[in-house]
Amino acid sequence: MWSVTPDDLESIAIGAGILGTGGGGNPYLGQQHMARLLNQGYRATVISLDEIADDALVTEVSGMGAPTVGVEKLPRGDEPRWAVEALEQFIGRPIEALVCAEVGGVNSITPLVAGALTGKPVLDADGMGRAFPELQMSTHFFNGVPCTPAALVDEKGNRIVFAHTVDAFTLERFARDLCVAMGCIAELAMPVMTGRQVKAHSVRNTLSLAKRIGDAVRAARATKAPVVDAVLAVTGGVALFSGKLVDVQRQTRGGFARGQLVAEGSGADRGTWLHIAFQNENLVAWRGSRHTPEEVLASVPDLICVVESDSGEPITTEQLRYGLRVTVLAVPCSDKLRTPQALAVVGPAAFGYPDVPYVPLPKQPGQGID
Amino acid sequence: MRIGIDVGGTNTDAVLMEGQRVLGWTKSPTTRDVSSGITNALTALLTETQVAPDAIAAVMLGTTHFTNAVVERRSLSRTAVVRIGLPATAALPPFVDWPDDLCRAIDGASYLVHGGFEFDGRPISALDDSEIRDVARQIRDAGISCVAISGVFSPVNPEQEKHVAEIVAAEVPGARISLSHEIGRIGLLERENAAVMNACLSELAGRIVQSFRDALAGLGIRAPFYISQNDGTLMSADFVARYPVLTFASGPTNSMRGAAFLSGLKDAVVVDIGGTTSDVGVLVNGFPREASVAVRIGGVRTNFRMPDVLSFGLGGGSHVRTDPLQVGPQSVGYEITSRALVFGGADLTATDIAVAAGLADVGDRDRVRHLDRAMVEAAVQHMREMVETSIDRMKTAAGDVPVVLVGGGIILLGDRLNGASAIHRPPEAPVANAIGAAIAQVGGEVDRVFSLDAVPREQALEQARAEASGRVLAEGAVPDSVEIVDVEEIPLAYLPGNATRIRVKAVGQLALD
Repeated sequence: MWSVTPDDLESIAIGAGILGTGGGGNPYLGQQHMARLLNQGYRATVISLDEIADDALVTEVSGMGAPTVGVEKLPRGDEPRWAVEALEQFIGRPIEALVCAEVGGVNSITPLVAGALTGKPVLDADGMGRAFPELQMSTHFFNGVPCTPAALVDEKGNRIVFAHTVDAFTLERFARDLCVAMGCIAELAMPVMTGRQVKAHSVRNTLSLAKRIGDAVRAARATKAPVVDAVLAVTGGVALFSGKLVDVQRQTRGGFARGQLVAEGSGADRGTWLHIAFQNENLVAWRGSRHTPEEVLASVPDLICVVESDSGEPITTEQLRYGLRVTVLAVPCSDKLRTPQALAVVGPAAFGYPDVPYVPLPKQPGQGID
Repeated sequence: MRIGIDVGGTNTDAVLMEGQRVLGWTKSPTTRDVSSGITNALTALLTETQVAPDAIAAVMLGTTHFTNAVVERRSLSRTAVVRIGLPATAALPPFVDWPDDLCRAIDGASYLVHGGFEFDGRPISALDDSEIRDVARQIRDAGISCVAISGVFSPVNPEQEKHVAEIVAAEVPGARISLSHEIGRIGLLERENAAVMNACLSELAGRIVQSFRDALAGLGIRAPFYISQNDGTLMSADFVARYPVLTFASGPTNSMRGAAFLSGLKDAVVVDIGGTTSDVGVLVNGFPREASVAVRIGGVRTNFRMPDVLSFGLGGGSHVRTDPLQVGPQSVGYEITSRALVFGGADLTATDIAVAAGLADVGDRDRVRHLDRAMVEAAVQHMREMVETSIDRMKTAAGDVPVVLVGGGIILLGDRLNGASAIHRPPEAPVANAIGAAIAQVGGEVDRVFSLDAVPREQALEQARAEASGRVLAEGAVPDSVEIVDVEEIPLAYLPGNATRIRVKAVGQLALD
């Protein structure tokens, strides 16, 4: 059990940026909100999965909506508490702990805000061990946890509880339509899980992993040590490629920012090119020639992270632009994303790349993501 | 004829131009009160060129005065912020994430009222005039007259900000009001921060503009004067008094625009080598490429139109250490004329290396004859590599690019740079900043989210182009000269209706009598 300090927040935000693999939203605003709550005397406590009783009830708290709206219509502040309360009211029992839906990006901080406001502990775990664009892409749902009841609230005080949907995909569709009606930003609490279920299905120790990544990055920056090496040491990842972005193309399809980038190699990678396809998050990385992707180097559900070569600063897919000097890292994902049920939802084929076979990145036991 | 002036930290530069010709230029020290430095520079310029003050049709001025006021936390007015957006936004009130010392310097107050818009223009909640009036009276009673007003999605619909401004103006006598939608882009905190900085500079801006006006009047120059903005376009003196924040970072922009003019290139890399640092930027279609990430000024997050510039510690005054070889980032700065070896001083500087290597002929060459030839060559190569690396980082595609060298420090470089397809060293390079100010155009920008399901893409683009052009004409441009210089489309994730943010920028030549 640990109590989150402003210093921890700084590190978690950096680590969550790396684990966001290009998406997940910018944690800046959540970090500011949380820092303000800590300043006002609120406390957020993180506990490990071993510290929760098997029959205790747990829910995820996350933000839903468009990042571009999120930077304009800032939160009221009560939304995460209201979402949890709406769920408790519906089931008629108290929720005892909260958990991250996704540790990548802004949703790493959201449960901490909810935890501070409700006084409930936050589990050191999440449902992805990274970021994904849709809510059904979670280890909780691959393993049969029903996604409902689910509570969706907005800053005006509207509280909507979905009693039952036939599957997580349907909930995602309904919730997204409502979210648009709510002004494209809403707070979501779902599903209701038991302590036993999260112990079995959640990706473990990911909030502390985000913090450790952030700590390592900050220590490396302070001592002028190579930041990329520090990230690799904590995550058990590999550096795929170093070079310069020479082409970025974007299209919007179905409300998602899809696109491709091409980087031209430098140093040891001179003479080769890297291609990455993304849909909010980075999906597949190929080595190849200037115009043709050839050999697959990594793919979802493994993490493909693009960082600025010197600073190690993660670059989101919205920030990609010509001329950036980048290092591309690949980090082995959680084993819980490598099951057949999981790969059916988050493997390359599920994202529209049926010809890309998923070849798991080699993993050192006890290192990186659970 | 027109005059361009650049008021820098060390020098005040002035140029006289007629059409596309540079008739003369001067450099003189910047003074503490700024205006006497301007007077000195202009007196020298008019004397040298034998031009009568009434032959001047316009004066264009670039200044770092307002940026420095925020950075140094001086001459800032007490400022109140009214944010329109409740019940949204309460979790992150105005001034969140501002440095404590700047908050103390501004000694402000902040108020949240109901209102604001959703992304699609629906109201978040209704405006309440009595609530707004009550806030305005609290501001008046606190003795504050500088007021920033921000509203959720005001770039999409500015009506509420304008309405609140009317009530504040009616309740607070002599109020100086800054509206966020006139200053910044999508991104409430950053836009609001810019509006607050603008408001806290508005009294200073009034005084500074008056002192510039007095300096010109004292010389008998009755021409209108303009001040350059960070996007390389001009605003009239009256406009600056209302929008001082738009001058932030106009220095690098002016030097790059000056470089574009002097070289005749629209697409190139510009290297501006000063006394202490060098800036590398990229010209795209004649304008500096803009930075895409949030830029902090004086510790405050903003989303201004800032040029994307890479700065590094190489300048004419950079200290050179020989074992191991290191150039900069320490510099003797403006003391170069007494501390460099060639000027009789005791410090080995980059300028001394350039003189020893035969690249430059300033000061007394005999004073550097004793320097080890191999060391000099290694230092020259090191400086060249510093520049080459920075050029390579900034350019947008593989292949060599033309490079324009400006600033007083270009004597440090020879005639060859890896990655450069050609090197331009215009004779007027030392005053590229002032030339950039003199040739600045007037501009207009539209930045809005369109639903391309509701409005066809071509129609949305056409509407944005027409609006941007209209704004340029309203600024006093010659109609035939108006052109669209930048169109950017950004598809937005998770928004319905194929929402796309479209940014269009237009510019035109200022009509001169």
